[in-house]
Amino acid sequence: MSFETVTITMMKGFMLNIQLFVITLVLSLPLGLVVSFGTMSKFKPLSWLVRLYVYIMRSTPLMLQLAVVYYLPGILSPGHILPRMTAASVAFVLNYAAYFSEIFRGGIQGVPRGQQEAGQVLGMTRRQIFFQVTLLQVVKRIVPPMGNEIITLVKDTSLSNFIMVGEIIKLAKDFGNKGMIWPLFYAGFFFLVFNGVVTLLLSRTEKKLDYFRV
Amino acid sequence: MAILQVENIQKKFGKTSVLKGISFSLEEGQALAIIGSSGSGKTTLLRCLNFLETPDVGTIRVRDEVLFDAADPSTQREAEVRKKRLHFGLVFQSFNLFPQYTALKNVMLAKELLAQERSDYKANRKEILAEIRKEALALLDQMGLADRAEHYPHQLSGGQQQRVAIARALALHPDILCFDEPTSALDPELTGEVLKVIRSLADKKTTMVIVTHEMAFARDVADQVIFMDGGVIVEQGPARQVIEQPTQERTRQFLARYAQKA
Repeated sequence: MSFETVTITMMKGFMLNIQLFVITLVLSLPLGLVVSFGTMSKFKPLSWLVRLYVYIMRSTPLMLQLAVVYYLPGILSPGHILPRMTAASVAFVLNYAAYFSEIFRGGIQGVPRGQQEAGQVLGMTRRQIFFQVTLLQVVKRIVPPMGNEIITLVKDTSLSNFIMVGEIIKLAKDFGNKGMIWPLFYAGFFFLVFNGVVTLLLSRTEKKLDYFRV
Repeated sequence: MAILQVENIQKKFGKTSVLKGISFSLEEGQALAIIGSSGSGKTTLLRCLNFLETPDVGTIRVRDEVLFDAADPSTQREAEVRKKRLHFGLVFQSFNLFPQYTALKNVMLAKELLAQERSDYKANRKEILAEIRKEALALLDQMGLADRAEHYPHQLSGGQQQRVAIARALALHPDILCFDEPTSALDPELTGEVLKVIRSLADKKTTMVIVTHEMAFARDVADQVIFMDGGVIVEQGPARQVIEQPTQERTRQFLARYAQKA
């Protein structure tokens, strides 16, 4: 089999990795923000419930979570099986929202109390204080830890091969089963390129927020 | 008639009584300095006036309107508290400027947000914003910061930041401007420029409540002085008299310690 055929197959697989990456990022960032509000809620039962969710998501393997989301519906009501990509997306969004929520919480709690008080004495509403005063300071604080998670997410997408999503590592392993090992090493190249772009975008974001200090 | 009347304010944090029944009043156009050692409750009192703390007991009136009554929960609803806050301005010890905005934007922001609630905002948006900008620039000029309008807080010295914070508080035209140890976070050489600005506000008959450790400043600039200790007002009266001829032993001891340090 030629290099070209392998490349085309691998690219098709990597498209699934990218798709899973984008879906997870777009959905888990806002969900993570909502979850972080939940953990900080003064209404204790809600706060405990949300913390329990974060605890479970961070303490069990993502692979296991993938299996649960994919197989559990079928066990509970036979015949109901989620499409593999849908199951993977659900598991990834739930898992990453938990991690992101902790980063948001750290960022929000790291903004000095005086910032909020300054907004309050100037007659701003809670909403105005969050969006006009706090949010950008939070974003600036969390770009580095977020960057770590986002780069990890790119690589984690390949865990979806555990539930047989035809992503790049799965395809590379299929080549391996036919006696071709090099496509597996070649797969690393795709991740390097993609994470190179992600790293570039992250450092550009950091630079953009360089005009002020927190 | 007094512009501000504070009656029997009490505040506990857990089991610690921080304010044990504070009452005073302030005439329009006068400056009141509150002095006392750390932990005497001065800052808590100021935070109660600005609704950053909720007193357990007591009332606060401005121009005879009851802004806060501990016995009447209807005076404590969030939406109303927000409006009532505008009677007071507060300048913090640690400035608390918004770091992501220029000096000018720091001064304009709250006013711009308030303007959005005006019924004619959409129709006259440009004129309204231009007016706010003009006023903010005039305030910065008054603070001696005309050439710093486009600077970000981290590009300014502590003294400059505090003067921006004063302009920011003045932009909303509060009835009473409060200062919480405005120079305590500043190097001695920067203290003077901030005190000068506050002095000029006193000359313009701005009604002010100033918590301060600068005794000479309190004596020269304030009309009235309150000495607090252990959550009560030990002594109050005309500034010069309280600081130069205190009648209470505790006031004398406190001032003597300051005289030693200076």
